[in-house]
Amino acid sequence: MTARIGVVTFPGSLDDRDTQRAIRLAGAEPVALWHKDKNLHQVDAVVLPGGFSYGDYLRAGAISRFSPVMETVIEQAKAGLPVLGICNGFQILTEAHLLPGGMLGNDHLHFICRDQKLRVENADTAWTADYESGQEIHIPLKNMDGRYVADEYTLDKLEAEGRVAFRYVARGEAAHGYGNPNGSLRDIAGITNEAGNVVGLMPHPEHAVEPLIGSGRTDGLPFFTSILKKLVNA
Amino acid sequence: MARVVVDVMLKPEILDPQGQAVQRALPRLGFEGISDVRQGKRFELEVDGPVDEAALARIHDLAESFLANTVIEDFIVKVEEVAEAAK
Amino acid sequence: MSRTPLDTVEHAAATPDVELPWAELGLKKDEYERVVEILGRRPTGAELAMYSVMWSEHCSYKSSKVHLRQFGEKAPQSDALLVGIGENAGVVDVGQGYAVTFKVESHNHPSYVEPYQGAATGVGGIVRDIIAMGARPVAVVDPLRFGAADHPDTKRVLPGVVAGIGGYGNCLGLPNIGGEVVFDACYQGNPLVNAGAIGVMRHEDIHLAKASGSGNKVILYGARTGGDGIGGASILASETFDDAKPSKRPAVQVGDPFQEKLLIECTLEAFKEKLVVGIQDLGAAGLSCATSELASNGSGGMRVTLDDVPLRDSTLSPEEILMSESQERMCAVVEPEKVDRFLEICDKWDVIATVIGEVTDGDRLEIYWHGGKIVDVDPRTVAHDGPVYERPYARPQWQDALQADDAGKLARPASPAELKDQVRKLVASPNQASKKWITSQYDHFVQGNTVLAQPEDSGMIRIDEESGLGVAIATDGNGRYAKLDPYAGAQLALAEAYRNVATTGAKPLAVSDCLNFGSPEDPAVMWQFAEAIRGLADACQQLGTPVTGGNVSLYNQTGEAAIHPTPVVAVLGVIDDVARRTPVAFQEEGQLLYLLGDTREEFGGSAWSQVVHDHLGGLPPKVDLERERLLGEILISASRDGMIDSAHDLSDGGLIQAVVESALLGEKGARLVVPDGLDAFTFLFSESAGRAVVAVPRSEELRFNDMCGARGLPVTRIGVVDGDSVDVQGEFALSLEELREAHEATIPALLA
Repeated sequence: MTARIGVVTFPGSLDDRDTQRAIRLAGAEPVALWHKDKNLHQVDAVVLPGGFSYGDYLRAGAISRFSPVMETVIEQAKAGLPVLGICNGFQILTEAHLLPGGMLGNDHLHFICRDQKLRVENADTAWTADYESGQEIHIPLKNMDGRYVADEYTLDKLEAEGRVAFRYVARGEAAHGYGNPNGSLRDIAGITNEAGNVVGLMPHPEHAVEPLIGSGRTDGLPFFTSILKKLVNA
Repeated sequence: MARVVVDVMLKPEILDPQGQAVQRALPRLGFEGISDVRQGKRFELEVDGPVDEAALARIHDLAESFLANTVIEDFIVKVEEVAEAAK
Repeated sequence: MSRTPLDTVEHAAATPDVELPWAELGLKKDEYERVVEILGRRPTGAELAMYSVMWSEHCSYKSSKVHLRQFGEKAPQSDALLVGIGENAGVVDVGQGYAVTFKVESHNHPSYVEPYQGAATGVGGIVRDIIAMGARPVAVVDPLRFGAADHPDTKRVLPGVVAGIGGYGNCLGLPNIGGEVVFDACYQGNPLVNAGAIGVMRHEDIHLAKASGSGNKVILYGARTGGDGIGGASILASETFDDAKPSKRPAVQVGDPFQEKLLIECTLEAFKEKLVVGIQDLGAAGLSCATSELASNGSGGMRVTLDDVPLRDSTLSPEEILMSESQERMCAVVEPEKVDRFLEICDKWDVIATVIGEVTDGDRLEIYWHGGKIVDVDPRTVAHDGPVYERPYARPQWQDALQADDAGKLARPASPAELKDQVRKLVASPNQASKKWITSQYDHFVQGNTVLAQPEDSGMIRIDEESGLGVAIATDGNGRYAKLDPYAGAQLALAEAYRNVATTGAKPLAVSDCLNFGSPEDPAVMWQFAEAIRGLADACQQLGTPVTGGNVSLYNQTGEAAIHPTPVVAVLGVIDDVARRTPVAFQEEGQLLYLLGDTREEFGGSAWSQVVHDHLGGLPPKVDLERERLLGEILISASRDGMIDSAHDLSDGGLIQAVVESALLGEKGARLVVPDGLDAFTFLFSESAGRAVVAVPRSEELRFNDMCGARGLPVTRIGVVDGDSVDVQGEFALSLEELREAHEATIPALLA
């Protein structure tokens, strides 16, 4: 008896299959969801994966946000369905206003791909329970538009409510993945909504689940084991 | 046929590294005296039919909900007379 | 507004005296006359456009064909080869029912004009070749060459090229796993932007570019056709229409990677449902090429209605539609009863797809426009029977003097302090410096199968999660060596790529080549070209790695100055289990360092001679292909049996460059001892071929030495992984911090 976790494919989604693999490796059942289909097929949670949906045209995530599937995702997220937005998925969640703020181009104007050092700030959400608060992990980061911005009021609110989920560890050697890679305000790498069921982050946990591949670390696996535990124990 | 133009700019308090890169390059190209550059987007909408108040209101909604992300961007809607098609 | 009558076949036959602008379209008089002879009448405007572009150097390889034949004539027997030269890309069997297709191509001239789009569309083109073979693309690599690192124009070209490759490849979801960046003044006006791609499929999924089965439909799908890259065809357009359209047509093609991503997905779905009989991507010469090649490779006949081509610009003339190089388009041949399903799949992905023709009996390619037949040709005469030139070639007069200018006579460092200083200079020089600033603009992780990516010796991708089966690819080329001796230089390029693949633990299987040369009208360049091909063909034969396809880029020169002859060679290899791969970084302190192979005083074309003396002269390192084969076997066995924990092949910059790279990546130092019989300078800077440095765990020392001894490979203990500096006993020590500073600061300082 395992959890069914949906992964949406938008035109241009790239990390959908990797996300499905990560879910599988964690012991849950990945379910492929198509952007034109409003039916979520009884999944227990949804992941909006990384990629360049609609080529990032207009704005990253701006067009995907209006897909038929998103109507249902938004509705159910407000009712408590766990939703994880990774990179482009995070962008879609902000465009859909399920999470506050927005994403802009990296301040150094280049695409950046690196194994990034993060600090887990909030280990209470549906997706981060298998981490410890304050834990420092390495997760691959790869994007063009990863700069998180929001007005001061929103930023203060996020901090006060403990809704910053992950932060870039700014001080340290760049060679080891430290540093703010894109100019995100308050070094914010990921945030959660008030209820803690919707989480968005720019780095890619699905790329850190196998010891042999990519950076060789498995620091991303707890995302998928956390949600599995939550759903199976629910 | 009329053209409606929607200009979208980042809100003034948001850092605009693209605009800054342009501004930094200007002296090298021989242009002095430009203290700031901000980069935005321009949408040209070719509208069938008259651009009356109702049409403008609809376009305003379109701009607000789609063409601009009002969390981080501001926009202006203006109507342009369309000149004869350029040869 | 008057219009001249449509230039149909009928009209052409009836008006033999009409003058056509064949010279402006690039045809020679004898070539035009040949066309008239083939057709038995003057060509129509559309036919002229087709012949002129398909018979151009770029499409017909007319200057290269006589030499390229050697790849076929000297092809070694290879059980792994499934599809050889002649298709969109070569295909090799890698075991377990998997087939891998790969190819390298160039997009040099467009990248000088518009760096971002030139490089981006280069990636787009090579990826479409891979899809056209039936495979899902899984990785890209890019060998790049630019002018001097500190030249202002390099600052214009390089960042644009890198952003374009990243912008397109990242958006497609293809990890960039390898390539190189080389700076040399000879490439200043002629940067080389070569792009390679790998695709994976099952044997039964291999598709070929042929249209067969009378009645089968020809479907054009992908982007709309616009005025991209039309060039000369506009002249024709102005012959048949007058002034109802813009006079300028864009010369640069603009890529849309999102459109290509959709193309990949819908094509793969169509393949999965076995809907496609033949398929061709539209690259150079667009529809002219796709239709004539599909037809001539198949049963021979095709009828196309150009009016059905979806257009972005409704003012295009039929000649312009035929010539258009709009990106992200493919042509599929589909059985009539499967057409609906094919169109449905395209619709699912919001990809425009239109039936534009069908396969016919007979052997004519007929194209209609507005009801008139404007093309009626034997497609073979367009696609395959183009002119073949036997351009004169002659060894240049200056070659002897160049080879006599022995780099061995250059002033060597006179003291350990000078030696240390030159080492620091070497690792900091633009060619030897870290390229991380560039490679971090590429996605390495997407698709979740990247085992090794730059700066490792090869890029390695896992292709089966269960068994761990993987493939590796390395691209190498050294224009300096090739200038000194094109025959040896080409062989050394193959040897290096072969060695790089073997160093990571994979068995080299096959080759794709990208031959970048100057003007074929210069007999010296033609000699370099002929020699390089001869060298590469001979070496491939000896090493048992056939050339499966590739690309020729000529006319890379500005005025009289040609680039160094630069044959770039890609070698594809296979590894049974990616878990066994050998990384470059030192893994553990205390491991013993061994140098494999023989070191001689060989400095011709070396990085040392360039960095310290700005010198190019002498002979390149000696080629010993049997040694390369033996070295490769040892490295693969050692990898498979766990005898070595890291390895790095030696090439530019010699042993010291390799050791510094391994030390910095592993964050562990090395204590080196100059072996008996060698002086420190030669030990560190010589670029003798057929060598590698390996790190052996103490527990494996005996086994490893026995294996090398038994197989006759010279092996010399040179030190140990230890400490936090690179220490050459009796000479100098450079701390890792100092080395990192030198190695990593250069490129960002020049380009960021």
